[in-house]
Amino acid sequence: MDTYILDFERPIIELEKKIQEMKDLSIHDDLRLQDDIARLEQKAEKLRKDIYSKLSRWQRVQLARHPQRPYTLDYIKRITSSFLELHGDRSYGDDPAIVGGLAKIEDLPVVIIGHQKGRTTKEKLHRNFGMPHPEGYRKALRIMKLAARFKRPIVTLIDTIGAYPGIGAEERGQAEAIAKNLFEMSHLPVPILIIIIGEGASGGALGIGVGDRVLMLENTWYSVISPEGCAAILWRDSTRAEQAAEAMKLAPTDLLEIGIIDGIIKEPSGGAHRDHDKAAAILKTTIIEELINLNQLPVDQLLEQRIQKYSKMGFWSE
Amino acid sequence: MSWFKRESFGLVPQEKKELPDGLWIKCEGCNEIIYKKELDKNLYVCMKCNHHFTINSKTYIKILMDDGTFNEFNDQIQSVDPLKFKGTRRYAEQLKTAMKKTGLNEAIRTGFGQINHHDVVFCVMDFSFIGGSMGSVVGEKISRAIQLAIERHMPVIILSTSGGARMMEGALSLMQMAKTSAYLAKLSDAGLPYISICTNPTTGGVSASYAMLGDIIIAEPGALIGFAGPRVIKQTIGQDLPPGFQRSEFMLDHGFIDVILNRQEIKEKLTQILEFFEAQ
Repeated sequence: MDTYILDFERPIIELEKKIQEMKDLSIHDDLRLQDDIARLEQKAEKLRKDIYSKLSRWQRVQLARHPQRPYTLDYIKRITSSFLELHGDRSYGDDPAIVGGLAKIEDLPVVIIGHQKGRTTKEKLHRNFGMPHPEGYRKALRIMKLAARFKRPIVTLIDTIGAYPGIGAEERGQAEAIAKNLFEMSHLPVPILIIIIGEGASGGALGIGVGDRVLMLENTWYSVISPEGCAAILWRDSTRAEQAAEAMKLAPTDLLEIGIIDGIIKEPSGGAHRDHDKAAAILKTTIIEELINLNQLPVDQLLEQRIQKYSKMGFWSE
Repeated sequence: MSWFKRESFGLVPQEKKELPDGLWIKCEGCNEIIYKKELDKNLYVCMKCNHHFTINSKTYIKILMDDGTFNEFNDQIQSVDPLKFKGTRRYAEQLKTAMKKTGLNEAIRTGFGQINHHDVVFCVMDFSFIGGSMGSVVGEKISRAIQLAIERHMPVIILSTSGGARMMEGALSLMQMAKTSAYLAKLSDAGLPYISICTNPTTGGVSASYAMLGDIIIAEPGALIGFAGPRVIKQTIGQDLPPGFQRSEFMLDHGFIDVILNRQEIKEKLTQILEFFEAQ
């Protein structure tokens, strides 16, 4: 796979290339370059830290969209010991933009649901760029209700720029499908853990995003609309997305500050797209910890806390 | 050089008004010129083509509630600007302008009221306040109204008119969808009915939360009801939309609303519904 490099990543990637060249040289020509290599590696680490600690909101958006970023099924493959994907909403069809099924993480039985994007053009079209139709939300709800009946916790992985705006989606009730999920998820009697792994926009994200704990990976974003959509409405010009991203305060640190999320999950140095295995390992540890905590709460307390969590969201004066 | 000169410019851009002042109004539906007093008597529904004009929350309260029974609560809650949002203008300024223009504190009013002597909690949105958009305050007022309904054992009616979630509050406005839906689930668990009335337009985050969650969903004729706005869909698919797409009649055909009612008959049918749910 060709490596896709964002502008602000370039200095790091170039330095890493140089280090690799020196390493090759030192092996083949038996040159004593160890000291130089160590020095450069330190420099690279510092550079990574510098660049990634000062990312703008728009740069986070770009990382969240990085074509090599791990998607839901990439994570599922790495964090579960078994996974059986379930298909269809039992009424209209199966939506490949949302996947879900029965999984085991270590010995923990869970239901995992997530938006699914594609990597190749063919896959992208098949997954509709991760933009679900109503049947996707209805499939998700069907599987989540199954989890609730058999007292299995639910983990959802969010990665979408929105629910699909098309004729069929409207005919089959996109609004109703999302609304129904919000309603049901607010009182499903099992723990629900939500993790934003890439992009999160609008009701399309929230449609599988109501739960007890909401976490975001470091290089992700979450808001009411995509930066392009916001720019198109504000200035009738979607190319001003960068400005819109800043205005909407959609980065994980922003959302933690205003009480919308409960925590931020670290990514491997340089971003999840640079090391899928490591990103998945961190995610797995987090999921296990969170679910062990949530599983300890009695159901009535869990539900009370869930409604309290959403009651507190928002700012006003009176 | 021209030998004539225009003395003054007759066409000065004016603020868009909900209903033009004057004695006569042109119907947006059939272009008929209507005498305003007649239209007022007919609840702002065109006598010729049944076009339902957009009306404000005050008028809906007058139409649907028994005289003098609407007792508003939480009307002092106001929006703040938590993100210090700046688009074409500052959100804080936009709020001030909206308040001044409408005389309202927000895009929704909530209160106790009676419909032919049946007690209800009534929430009514107002499109003239930033397009009826839902931010933190709309979410909070609805949630509190539902909580009060549960405590006093009353049904809830929400009349929607909204372009969707309020962008200027970012993810906070998105969360109001979850918050209001969670309270409606609580209402439902308490065994109380919720009636949703969709008027033109009911789209975006409002349709994808409380507007589509009614035990009974009523719509006024010809109202635009849907998730994505027609402009966005048109852009996405790159073709024109079929006539009548996303209108009340389309929604009825596709099974997403219970009934379309003319504005004049809503109160009577609401009474019928409330009686049905009350009879034990």
